[in-house]
Amino acid sequence: MQGVDGFMYPNEVQLQWSVLIVLYPFVTGLVAGAFILASLVRIFHVEAVRPTYRLAMLTALAFLLVAPLPLQLHLGHPERSYEMYLTPHRTSAMAMFGFIYLWYLMAVLVAEIWLDYRRDIVVMSQSVTGWRRWAYCVMTLGSSNISARALEIDDRVGWLITLIGIPSAFLLHGYVGFIFGSIKANPWWSSPLMPVVFIFSAMVSGIAAVMLLYMLAAGLRRQAIDVRCVDTVARYLLYIFIIDFSLEMLDLVHRIYEADESFRSLDFMIHTKLFFSQIVLQIFAGTLAPIALLGLTQVVKLPDLARKRIYAIAGCLTLIGIFAMRWNVVIGGQLFSKSFLGYTTYKMGLITREGLLMTVLLSLLPLFFLWVLVKLLPPWYEKQDTLTVVG
Amino acid sequence: MNITRRQMLILLPAAAVAWESILAGTPESSPNYNLSEHWWGMLIDIPKCIGCGNCVRACQAENDVPDGYFRTWIERYHVTDSNLANPEVISPDGGKHGFPVAKEDKGKYFFVPKMCNHCAESPCTQVCPVGATFISPDGVVLVDQKYCLGCAYCVQACPYGSRYIHPQKRVADKCTLCYHRITKGLTTACCEACPTGARQLVDLKNPNDPIHAFLKTHAVQVLKPQMATGAKAFYNELDGSVR
Repeated sequence: MQGVDGFMYPNEVQLQWSVLIVLYPFVTGLVAGAFILASLVRIFHVEAVRPTYRLAMLTALAFLLVAPLPLQLHLGHPERSYEMYLTPHRTSAMAMFGFIYLWYLMAVLVAEIWLDYRRDIVVMSQSVTGWRRWAYCVMTLGSSNISARALEIDDRVGWLITLIGIPSAFLLHGYVGFIFGSIKANPWWSSPLMPVVFIFSAMVSGIAAVMLLYMLAAGLRRQAIDVRCVDTVARYLLYIFIIDFSLEMLDLVHRIYEADESFRSLDFMIHTKLFFSQIVLQIFAGTLAPIALLGLTQVVKLPDLARKRIYAIAGCLTLIGIFAMRWNVVIGGQLFSKSFLGYTTYKMGLITREGLLMTVLLSLLPLFFLWVLVKLLPPWYEKQDTLTVVG
Repeated sequence: MNITRRQMLILLPAAAVAWESILAGTPESSPNYNLSEHWWGMLIDIPKCIGCGNCVRACQAENDVPDGYFRTWIERYHVTDSNLANPEVISPDGGKHGFPVAKEDKGKYFFVPKMCNHCAESPCTQVCPVGATFISPDGVVLVDQKYCLGCAYCVQACPYGSRYIHPQKRVADKCTLCYHRITKGLTTACCEACPTGARQLVDLKNPNDPIHAFLKTHAVQVLKPQMATGAKAFYNELDGSVR
């Protein structure tokens, strides 16, 4: 059979989960990671990264808005997806998606962003004209009290929401890891480490994405990059990356040492079908290279420009590596037979419902949402401080 | 009675359908079918299977299974001293048209029919986000195709590769143990078509079912027992190399 080596159960030849399901954990990971970076300011008082705080929140929201789309497009009957809300099957990990998503979207992100921006929204609803005035008036939700006391309450409630948001972010992405990790039929996925690895890789990707977006936005706005800020963000990125890599290596070493019945099959796969995406892209280019680059900035005193360039390269490599990791989990987990006697091939469509074009569009959509959000709710602190923000 | 050519043309197909129905026989009426009185499973007697593919063809005809997908299929194992852990397995087109003649004399060859194991602790029903797939009270794992989202999580969760997404209906599809037949007192299409009796529908709650005596006197095993799925496809003389 074409594309098949060895023996596959006949129903296994065609992959069930496509590149869109690769995109889904990648996007939710960015959401969770961006939120954790924002929480560094709010909860852990890391003031150095404050310039990224609002951008991180808006980035999380922009990506979260897109997160369900790959799933919807993948479903055989997307028009029935509301059934997950009406009659969720309590034993199913996937059934919780809608609830965790809505909780995170409405109770955490939207609520926190609204509280954080409420003062600006009220000011703008009174200072701008035309349709934008109406838009800001709607966004005030009828609450136009911006007295010192009201703002203090906003701040306290916002702090509480962030506090709840941290475990919620872990839940959002740890749960995605659990969807894979709880499938005992698939040894590539079945691991209690999977949710933990997903959480740490989420933090890595989210922090890298916000760092890149911050530097890109500063460049586009012709503003100087706050080097102390990116230094701190990069340092956190390095620390979390090391934990993430250690966990992934622990999983790998455990599999190699234990060498259970699936090992020969999985080992062969890594040396052949997944060699480029796992060994080259994920481990060397996407993990070891950025860790080495970020580590270099910690041990060698480099000029600002060199550090910023290194951060940009390391950030890009990190995102490639984390995307490769999602690819290796989702696609890699379907390339081998559950008989451990054969392998199939993933053929990605080009202009199909679950093809390359759709994946590229869905990857760009959050950036468009972010652009709209930034226009509506400018996250730049120097403007916000003077209350002259006009989007 | 005068019959015109037009009337004859209309009557002939109708007569053919009527004759077909007479040949098929009348299903045993079972107005009192009681779900709680049955616990269905399948006995597969490996030494009896000759790999003819009758069961696969019968299943596809009975259940309108799309080409390239299988509710049941047959695998042929070739096990030698040197490949005990990695036997050579083939299943050309699910064994639907039989198998090519074996060329090598070394080792042993045998056929293993596969299907949904109708697990009592089925991982597929556990993961379904809306409960569209479920275990009936008489022990058959079924899919409500008017309710299924087509997310394919159940396909991923099945350790036996028994499920697929129907390419036209875009929902999960699998062996129903011919539920439409067994609730009328008939056996499954695959059991009926098997020329050697290698497949037998069994009712574990029926004290008179021969399965009870068979289980006492034969070495019967289920596939992948380490998965602890409560599989109810029982294999007689299952070789250790079978996956």
